[in-house]
Amino acid sequence: MCLAVPMKIVEIDGLDAVAELQGVRRRVRLDLVDDCKVGDYVLIHAGFVIEKLDEEQAKKSLETWEEFLSSQEK
Amino acid sequence: MTDFLKDFRSAGLLNELRERLRGMKFKKEIKIMEVCGTHTMQIHRFGIHQMLPEGVKLISGPGCPVCVTPNEYIDFAVELARAGYTVATFGDMIRVPGSYSSLEKVRAEGGDVRVVYSPMDAYEMAKEGGKTVVFLAIGFETTAPSIAATLLRAEAEGVKNFYVLPGGKLVPPALRALSADPELRISGYLLPGHVSVILGRKDYLFLKELGIPGVISGFEPVDILQSIILLLGLIKEEKAEVVNNYPRAVREEGNPKAKGMMWEVFREGDSRWRGLDLIPKSGLFLREKYMGRDGFKAFDISPPEPKENPACRCGDVLKGLINPPECPLFRTVCTPENPIGPCMVSSEGSCSAWYKFG
Ligand code: SF4
Repeated sequence: MCLAVPMKIVEIDGLDAVAELQGVRRRVRLDLVDDCKVGDYVLIHAGFVIEKLDEEQAKKSLETWEEFLSSQEK
Repeated sequence: MTDFLKDFRSAGLLNELRERLRGMKFKKEIKIMEVCGTHTMQIHRFGIHQMLPEGVKLISGPGCPVCVTPNEYIDFAVELARAGYTVATFGDMIRVPGSYSSLEKVRAEGGDVRVVYSPMDAYEMAKEGGKTVVFLAIGFETTAPSIAATLLRAEAEGVKNFYVLPGGKLVPPALRALSADPELRISGYLLPGHVSVILGRKDYLFLKELGIPGVISGFEPVDILQSIILLLGLIKEEKAEVVNNYPRAVREEGNPKAKGMMWEVFREGDSRWRGLDLIPKSGLFLREKYMGRDGFKAFDISPPEPKENPACRCGDVLKGLINPPECPLFRTVCTPENPIGPCMVSSEGSCSAWYKFG
């Protein structure tokens, strides 16, 4: 039940917004986050944006893992 | 899949991680608990049990809100629907057998039971239709802020006919209870990613004092394998650290705005969990200010004494004491088509995950 889906914000009207994933659009609410913008990647749970996804962090953590794996080659 | 996330599904990286995991060696038996039901589902779907090195066991915990909701709660909801109120609920809840009936059965008998995707849908039903709507407010920290925001909106817009049945639960108190159980002896926790989005890493630091490491994990197979590798490393080095391996979504402090809204509406109190009994300060109840919207208080409903099905071992499954196939009813009598207990109903219940993916 704690499933949350990554989607992209495509429209905002006050606290109402529309998010999209692979062509599927869904009405969502922005009550739980500050300054969400069109184009932001977000996590949606039960019709609410619960957090913005951090693209930089995503890249960084993958890089760290790649380094970790190659530095420990057997 | 959003573009920058597709690397978390990369087969190459997955293979590398799998190799790495396979190469790890341990002298004594290690028990990792995955606390979140969505993790349970993914772990089975991607066959992660088969990738674990010898001596390492993954056990499921109480992380399925539908599964840990006690029968008395379901019985109350059933009676509400029988009394003619509109009961709105997340889908998983509807087929869960209570002591005497289920919401699905009451609906077939003519009760007004609606499945919603968001608490906001239930609210709009109340606002537009004018009927008395009671929303079944179950779920962990992931869900509670959304319910709180919906209730606050009902307050702001003066919609009086929207009620909630408080049944929310908190993960950290359950972890404390599980950690103290001498029968279980958990070596480390795979911590629930989306509960952590709200809580932040900080709220798990008490694990350090208990001497048990934890890793916050995302839900892609790459995330889960990475997190298991990190956790096994911590266990091996006997470091009771709490590591955030889901930094694209989880911040150190969590989501303070969501948390604030949750605590504006709810207060903590002792709460009963199926399988774990009464856990101190583990449940969410409405604050005095919003008591007028509490479905338990607002309606004159008194369900009969709750009773459990003694043959169902769901409680032991939720505590990680047995795996579903050890329940004599598993697959023989109890199936997703004819579920005996909630752990077989919910798609993220352990029994259902074992049934579907083995
Ligand atoms: S298999 Fe069915 S009866 Fe057995 S523990 Fe799971 S839900 Fe209960």
